[in-house]
Amino acid sequence: MEWMQIISALALVMFIVVLFPATRNMIKNSPKGSSSDWMSFMIPIAAVILFIVLLIKLV
Amino acid sequence: MNQNLSTAAQRSPSAIATNKVLRNTYMLLSLTLLFSGFTAAISMMMNMPPMTYLISVIGAMVIAMFVLPRFANSPAGIGIVFLITGLLGFGLGPMLTMYASLPNGGNIITLSLAGTGAIFMGLSAYVLTTRKDFSFLGGFLMVGFLLVLLAALANIFLQIPAMSLMISAVVIMIMSGFILYDTSRIIHGGETNYVLATIGLYMTIFNIFISLLQILGIMGNDD
Repeated sequence: MEWMQIISALALVMFIVVLFPATRNMIKNSPKGSSSDWMSFMIPIAAVILFIVLLIKLV
Repeated sequence: MNQNLSTAAQRSPSAIATNKVLRNTYMLLSLTLLFSGFTAAISMMMNMPPMTYLISVIGAMVIAMFVLPRFANSPAGIGIVFLITGLLGFGLGPMLTMYASLPNGGNIITLSLAGTGAIFMGLSAYVLTTRKDFSFLGGFLMVGFLLVLLAALANIFLQIPAMSLMISAVVIMIMSGFILYDTSRIIHGGETNYVLATIGLYMTIFNIFISLLQILGIMGNDD
């Protein structure tokens, strides 16, 4: 299935090329978060990690 | 008191508009998820080959990136959202058939589905109750997503299972961040188009589901 790998790679390259300008734009225009903002992001992400660990134990 | 009333009267139109966007987004999201489940079931019944996933995802991405933005403000946009989500659901069929054939397959699919639902609802509830503004995450999430795409590109040729597992785990983290970011944008008026809001949230749910399937599929058959 080598052709599937090549098509997947080409699709990913296209996706990266299309997303790159939007990413650069977002980096320039995103407001800076304070440490409490980042903490309010880290708490739910930590909860998601713990939840996935629980799911792995359940399977 | 008069001042309070006039402030409330000034705020209410934008608050009503925001609630309308949120309500329409969740309504369309529910319908598209049901439609995806339907097309996935059809694809499973038709016993589609594995390449269906690749073709469907590429087709859906091309439509989402180049066609949807032109029609996002017209009623045709809703039809295009159903086309994209139906295609993605159809592409899931062969993958679900493959997982269902594993010894623990039914359990893996059920847990992935339930886990995706719980993550989405939990994170959405977190943003809706705290009403925090997560707009500062935009650049960070996009850079993270680009790096994951580069890692996935490398792993197409390297074929390292541990790297594949790591990519899936990071994708879940980034998509969780996008749920916070997108929901926060809707409630703070940054996204006023429910068609675009729906497709953004749908993509996060789709990616979390696929990544959970991969993680639980690898970890669940490791005995």
